Amino acid sequence: MIELSNLSVHFGHAAALRDANLVIERGDRLGVVGESGSGKTLLALCLMGMAPDSARLTGQLSIDGQDMARAAERDWQRLRSRWVAMVFQEPMAALNPLRRVGDTVIEPMLLHDGLTRRAARDRALSLFEEVGIPDPDRRLRQFPHEMSGGQRQRVLIALALACNPMLLIADEPTTALDANVALRITDLLQRLAREREMALVFISHDLAAVARATEDIVVMYAGDMVERGRTAAVLGAPVHPYTKGLLGARPDVGVAGRNADGKRRRLPTIPGSVPPLQGLPEGCRFAGRCPVELPQCATQRPAFTQTEVARGAACHLLTEARHD
Amino acid sequence: MAYFLFRRTLGFVLTLLAVSVVVFAVMNVLPGDPALTILGMDASEDALAALREQLGLNAPLVTRYVSWVWNALQGDFGISHSFRVPVSELISERLPMTISLAVAGMLVTLVLALSLGITAAAQHGRAGDWGVMFLSQLGIAVPAFWLSILLVMLFAVKLRWLPPGGFAGWDDPVAALRSLILPTVALALVQSAVLARVTRSSALEVMRQDFVRTARASGLSHRRILWRHVLPNALVPIVTIVGMQFAALVTGTIVIENVFYLPGLGRLIFQSIANRDLPTVQALVMLFAAIVVTANFVVDLLYVVIDPRLKARA
Repeated sequence: MIELSNLSVHFGHAAALRDANLVIERGDRLGVVGESGSGKTLLALCLMGMAPDSARLTGQLSIDGQDMARAAERDWQRLRSRWVAMVFQEPMAALNPLRRVGDTVIEPMLLHDGLTRRAARDRALSLFEEVGIPDPDRRLRQFPHEMSGGQRQRVLIALALACNPMLLIADEPTTALDANVALRITDLLQRLAREREMALVFISHDLAAVARATEDIVVMYAGDMVERGRTAAVLGAPVHPYTKGLLGARPDVGVAGRNADGKRRRLPTIPGSVPPLQGLPEGCRFAGRCPVELPQCATQRPAFTQTEVARGAACHLLTEARHD
Repeated sequence: MAYFLFRRTLGFVLTLLAVSVVVFAVMNVLPGDPALTILGMDASEDALAALREQLGLNAPLVTRYVSWVWNALQGDFGISHSFRVPVSELISERLPMTISLAVAGMLVTLVLALSLGITAAAQHGRAGDWGVMFLSQLGIAVPAFWLSILLVMLFAVKLRWLPPGGFAGWDDPVAALRSLILPTVALALVQSAVLARVTRSSALEVMRQDFVRTARASGLSHRRILWRHVLPNALVPIVTIVGMQFAALVTGTIVIENVFYLPGLGRLIFQSIANRDLPTVQALVMLFAAIVVTANFVVDLLYVVIDPRLKARA
């Protein structure tokens, strides 16, 4: 349905997304994880045809058999809402403050599906029910400022579902929400994808949420897809040092805050931060921060190595291990 | 909401009252004896004294102020010294001209400025943007009276498409409309230049907000996003300027009506000042001030119509 092959996004000479390969089929639920600056959001924007104007795309991005990597804005407008739709990070600012939320939700229905206002309103009502907004009749007539963050995120999900898209992209949909609201939104997205047989791309740095909502996972670092596989397999037995680092950096509620000797336990972190686009290492982009770096890492880019069916990582350690 | 309305209305009335005090005070401390103006330099002292008594000029200032306001509220602004007819008659004859000019100027300004400003914002940093910015810079720099003269030279003298000035009355609507075109354009161009800039920068600000990205992700066209989502959100600063501009347009008619020989309030105030026609000048200054205050009052109310969030707070 949607296929990326060697899709790269360049800003000037720097590649902010490098050789992304991805196949998304109907009903797939894919998690994309990584630190800020790893290219997760850029990947999502590419799938929406909304990469910044200054970005240059190479490689292929095909949706329904059409190559969209260099498609015009007008062609993308036809796909958005009906093929691909997106829920953004910040529900407080993502709704037009001067419009009743109902009017916002029915707008794409009127435009893309040619519905009458009455039919669109009926569909909006059932969408509001589907995404769990109580008293939908009244809520449709409210303005965004009259709703809570969780309610607004539900409205945005309803808006994204307005024209029954094949793929729903959720870019950190829970970051701005309270923990228990976040949990409910995560479950809602997961349920909607299953019930509608819709593909879901769930972008987050919350590994627990990704584990809950998705079946497959892609780990991204500095624009590279460094590890992928079934979500349970990757999170259960990570191969790439970066994935291991991400998992190690999770605060573990079960572990006491202090060690046996009474010292405060420090949360393990990955030293340093994602280098800026212009200062990326030549070889593996994780070189310099990697705890198990090999001599060739700084100069040679590791190839993506498949370890099992639909499972693999881009790391020199994998190929080293085979040579042994 | 009711409290907001009450507070704004009270403010509106108090401002008008303060304006009337200032206008009255200024007019009455000006040197010059109205009786002398009316009767001329050769009038006898007795006649002058009699006229002063008749005009009520001997009464204390406060009494005169109260009776002026009281009469004005009933539409009686006294008798014009130079025209020898009631001031209210002079005003009602000329008001349609000035109001038509100001309203037409405002409409042209809105159409020009909003479309140019939005286009410039959409074309941010590209040729269209630069073009609009250049033209508006030019528009701001050119004084209205000079622009009027240029327009007359081109469209009336050289091309002979439109009359150079004067007004034959409302009986022939086509001719009336034709004589209003150049003054309207002269009034509107300068104001559009200012408003186009405000529209552009306000729209640019809004275009950076998240909900615009949401609209784009819903597959809406650029045009629809600009006019249906960006413009309404850009309106608050635009309406603020429009309110000030309406006031500027009304007072701007003073210059324009004199350049184009149009019988409106602007021309009347000019003549009345030259004739030291105190009641007329006083009434007109009060009227212009009232129009300005009213425009600001309407703008205040419009904010609430535009932005439902303000209604919640008001």
